Amino acid sequence: MTSDDNNSVTLFKDAPLELDSGAALSPVTVAYETYGTLAEDGGNAILICHALTGDQYAAGTHPITGKPGWWSRIIGPGKLIDTDKHFVVCSNVLGSCMGTTGPSSINPVTGEPWGIDFPVITIRDMIRVQAALLDSLKIDKLLMVLGGSMGGMQVLEWLTTYPKRIHSAAILASAARHTAQNIAFHEVGRQAVMADPNWNQGRYYASNTPPDKGLSVARMTAHITYLSEDALTQKFGRNLQERDEVTFGFDADFQVESYLRHQGSTFVDRFDANSYLYITRAMDYLDIPSRYGGRLADAFVAARNVRCCVISFTSDWLYPTVENKRIVHALNAAGAPVSFAEIETPHGHDSFLLEIEEMDVMLEGFLASAERTYSPTDQMGEGQ
Amino acid sequence: MTNATAIRPDLQLIADLVEPGARVLDIGCADGELLDFLVNTKNVDGRGIEISQTGVNQCVAKGLSVIQGDADNDLAEYPDQSFDTVILSRTLQAVHQPKTVLLELLRIGKKAIVTIPNFGQWHVRLSLFGRGRMPVTKSLRRTWYNTENIHFCTILDLHDLIVEENIELLQFVPHQKDGKRLNMGLKRANWFADQALFLLDSGHQV
Repeated sequence: MTSDDNNSVTLFKDAPLELDSGAALSPVTVAYETYGTLAEDGGNAILICHALTGDQYAAGTHPITGKPGWWSRIIGPGKLIDTDKHFVVCSNVLGSCMGTTGPSSINPVTGEPWGIDFPVITIRDMIRVQAALLDSLKIDKLLMVLGGSMGGMQVLEWLTTYPKRIHSAAILASAARHTAQNIAFHEVGRQAVMADPNWNQGRYYASNTPPDKGLSVARMTAHITYLSEDALTQKFGRNLQERDEVTFGFDADFQVESYLRHQGSTFVDRFDANSYLYITRAMDYLDIPSRYGGRLADAFVAARNVRCCVISFTSDWLYPTVENKRIVHALNAAGAPVSFAEIETPHGHDSFLLEIEEMDVMLEGFLASAERTYSPTDQMGEGQ
Repeated sequence: MTNATAIRPDLQLIADLVEPGARVLDIGCADGELLDFLVNTKNVDGRGIEISQTGVNQCVAKGLSVIQGDADNDLAEYPDQSFDTVILSRTLQAVHQPKTVLLELLRIGKKAIVTIPNFGQWHVRLSLFGRGRMPVTKSLRRTWYNTENIHFCTILDLHDLIVEENIELLQFVPHQKDGKRLNMGLKRANWFADQALFLLDSGHQV
């Protein structure tokens, strides 16, 4: 897959990307978008990290769907992250399918798509690629790195791996490790994909019959975890879909069924099934505290000068407040300046993408204070 | 940076006891008035805990590092002696476990500054004695059924607990709501002070 615009760069041509798995990958193409203009001193650069099925089109208009970018609500001219002032970078993660190297890319050795010969990747591998992208863009240090859900996991790995390259970090609805329940839901999704005969051990690219059924079921399951019981009840209850009575069959009698089927079928048009396997695996492998003898605080010792902001949502049962608070307590114990709020909302995990005033006020205040305290030219003052 | 020059007089009494450059945790920091003042005038490394979303947002807007939480649930996670000074201002009477919280303050802080509204003050006593109803005063404005203050105590009550737990009392500053200091001992202060400040030492060597 190649990007159809200029915002794509091929990295790791000479020295390969050394992955956590021990494998090496070369080269790595990164598809990315930028918004705004990089200041001369580089002090206005903000990196946005996208979630599992997100992409680099955080703002503006998505070239494929024609819809607004996934976080265009807060990124744009005059918005919370003001692209008249800030230079925003968002890249498609390693393993994904929107132009960055992933299982649907061509394996240079065979000349065929990688499929499941693509090496298993981790969240940390994703941010290593982001760091190399920033090098290529001549961005040494970020005013802020932020993301929600899997985007928040990337922010956490930025804190563990490149703390000196970030002035501030915002983590929304996220976790520092996947729990058994998180892994369980992902496994259901992966098994759905792999149970689809069209999956064919990941070799479906030539056939033009991708495992849409399996991927669609995976998406339906995952989508339930992004909402909440209250949200589903409020939105659908037991309402029937364009009928007055149940049909005593297996059509989508209920609105909630119809809704999920729609979510599944539109998802397969924009996402690659193998990418779904790889990225969910990367999330399952995330266990930052285990790399530090079970003490998450030790992961953040070198990040103690990075200003942090963590936000959770009351109805998020995918990455609930307790997991977000683990991060907060660890940052606190490491001595990092951290702010935290649990925001009351009925919308579940997806809340971080929605218009919620308390979240906006918090982020706005956090960004403003990050700017006030940031002097990109002062190398001694920060992160030493 | 905001440049706070004047703060509420009772908060000023607390601020006077904080060393410049100290690591400070303000529990129940509300809109961050005291913390902001300490950061800007005493260059402290300040952290806050605040229960209300509005308060947290106001603090974050000031550039303060504040987590949403409360004294009953969030102190256990802080490492021993991780702060020079821990402040609990007019909050002890609102926690579920005042004794546990008091001991936690001195576990995580080298020193603790605790202020309480004084339930032994004569207005309060008179009100309960004369009217036979739970007092509603300047310092204690809510009625019994909607007050967040669930563990009222008097100056002598808190002093008893401090003695009982072998905590070293470094300073006792009885004062009025307007911050005016009262130059009197425990017993007299228990009759006349709206509030009192206790500066406590954890006993850990620095």
